[in-house]
Amino acid sequence: MKPVLAVEDLTVTIGTRRGPAHAVAGVDWAVQPGQTLALVGESGSGKSMSVLAATGLAPRTARVTGRVHLLDAELTGVTEERRRRLRGRHVGFVFQDPMTSLNPVLAVGRQVTEAAEEHLGLTRRAARSRAVELLDMVGIPSAGQRVDAYPHQFSGGMRQRVVIAMALACEPDLLIADEPTTALDVTTQAQIVDLIGDLQRRLGTAVVWITHDLGVVAGIADTVAVMYAGRILEQGPVDAVFGAPSHPYTGALLAARPDPTADGADLVTIAGAPPSPLELPAGCAFWPRCPVRGDARCAHELPPLVPVSAGHQVRTFYPQPSDGERR
Amino acid sequence: MNQRQRADHELGTVVPADGGMPTQREPAEVVAELDDLAVWFPTPTGVVRAVDGVSLRVRRGETLGLVGESGSGKSTTGLALLRLVEPTSGSVRVAGQDVTRWSRRRLRAFRRRVAMVFQDPQASLDPRLTIGASIAEPLIVHRLTDGGAARRRRVDELLGMVGLRSDLADRHPHELSGGQRQRVGIARALAGEPDLIVLDEPIASLDLSVQAQIMNLLRRLQRELRLTYLFIAHDLAAVEHMSDRMAVMYLGRIVESGTPAQIWRDPAHPYTAALLSAVPVADPQVERGRRRIILGGDVPSPVDPPGGCRFRTRCPQARPACAETDPVLTEVDPNHRAACLFAREAVRAMRW
Repeated sequence: MKPVLAVEDLTVTIGTRRGPAHAVAGVDWAVQPGQTLALVGESGSGKSMSVLAATGLAPRTARVTGRVHLLDAELTGVTEERRRRLRGRHVGFVFQDPMTSLNPVLAVGRQVTEAAEEHLGLTRRAARSRAVELLDMVGIPSAGQRVDAYPHQFSGGMRQRVVIAMALACEPDLLIADEPTTALDVTTQAQIVDLIGDLQRRLGTAVVWITHDLGVVAGIADTVAVMYAGRILEQGPVDAVFGAPSHPYTGALLAARPDPTADGADLVTIAGAPPSPLELPAGCAFWPRCPVRGDARCAHELPPLVPVSAGHQVRTFYPQPSDGERR
Repeated sequence: MNQRQRADHELGTVVPADGGMPTQREPAEVVAELDDLAVWFPTPTGVVRAVDGVSLRVRRGETLGLVGESGSGKSTTGLALLRLVEPTSGSVRVAGQDVTRWSRRRLRAFRRRVAMVFQDPQASLDPRLTIGASIAEPLIVHRLTDGGAARRRRVDELLGMVGLRSDLADRHPHELSGGQRQRVGIARALAGEPDLIVLDEPIASLDLSVQAQIMNLLRRLQRELRLTYLFIAHDLAAVEHMSDRMAVMYLGRIVESGTPAQIWRDPAHPYTAALLSAVPVADPQVERGRRRIILGGDVPSPVDPPGGCRFRTRCPQARPACAETDPVLTEVDPNHRAACLFAREAVRAMRW
């Protein structure tokens, strides 16, 4: 099957006063139609930046290299105008803070279909009834009346629903969800996760879901890529990566969460902090914090991404055996 | 038996951390106590009842966890213990003294007895002060050290306690990582040797691997210094991990309290059950097989909370009686209380 969005050897370098920051240092991933790819990592891992760069939304100071395919179109090396049209027609976005996407002085109904008016050529009247339909679809009660309300008249969870309606207005092939539930309470998060999953099944939309929350990933992802210091350290089907984490970093991350069924012993920690994007180490970026602590090769040579099972790849010289093998 | 030390104060028994037999002893002294506390804020749209009838006790050496979503009143409850907000009614007692009506001036010495660690260490540290100066500040304000040399020694000692090198004393906050800054926030809180430390979302803005470091540090310090914590967070798993006892808040009230094990395994209030079911677990197989209790709608406005039970407008098991009676916390098991007319029964009905 042809992926909806695929990036190859993507790098993003941002010029700063202290020199170039390597935000994304060579990343390959793809999302298939109707599937969810989760990009997971801690802050500064490059998970958001790789998606922004792929869709042409990286900051102006960033230098982006690599190849990006959106459906049949090559996105690299096209004009900004063409990229904007392709993005508007095929990609919807939901960000962490709904107010960054919403105009506070415009009724939500107008905002929901603003893009659709342009990209699908809807008339104003058609747009209004489409807005009601979309607001109803994302679970806004009495959408017919609420269509004329303003963002401040909605709660945080309801605003995020409006943004989802806006993102889906052009019936995109791909939804980019960048930490869409991070600012929400856990019961509201459950509502939004449920809603996006339900809409995805009905509309067949592919989703790239960016998050730091491993619990959310477990519930939504088909495939997952674990990022660290601008690179993917492990990727594969969610069951393989969570069930048999092969990179020491993935294993440590999964063990760092308190487990309410465990006995309350001290948590597994990862010492230190990630490297600065201004000075990425020559070898494995995780080596200085790695509990396995391989050998000199780890410090000087970048480990390649190698397969450990079907579709499951890991970037380490010391892949960890799964629980089954350890026994 | 859970291996962690669980103090069961009502019975006066303490289960030792080594898992040995419980030893009889006097209940530990109450360090802080709220009695029917209400904190209301006047706003242009009406009076916000942030906290509306909360009673709790924290005993020496224990961690009381307070969990709730935004608007539950958990942070305001913490601020009330520090007397950083004015109680509307009810009382605040700390270290045996009723401080409810103390003046600002009188509170100054009291500030040393109760310390606070905030969510965002970036915002709580003065960016112009060195780390050493920030930690020395409470020592100077409360006249805890004699002269610069003694102060410098104490700052070094505090940095060591939180696992920071003493040469960081000369750095500024922006030169530190988020985890290091939170360690500085903890060192500042320790400076006055407080009776109680209120930890308000101390790990919420940190990365996962750093959250674990800070939780381990807080627990080690508690063991070594016999500290008393009020641990406030929205993260249920973190509260479960850190606490000896915990309370779940909703719309200005405690709706359930008990040990973390009681609440996790056998929630009695429908809100607690819904909250637990909403927490995602990092296991794809568990997540696929899970039945979530999805609550409808949003938390009602604290300006105009529903009459009767405050949760009834979102409760999947609400019955006519719930609109009539405002339920009080009632024991469902020893030391396990829930404020629901149909405690347990409603939870069972939601699951089947």
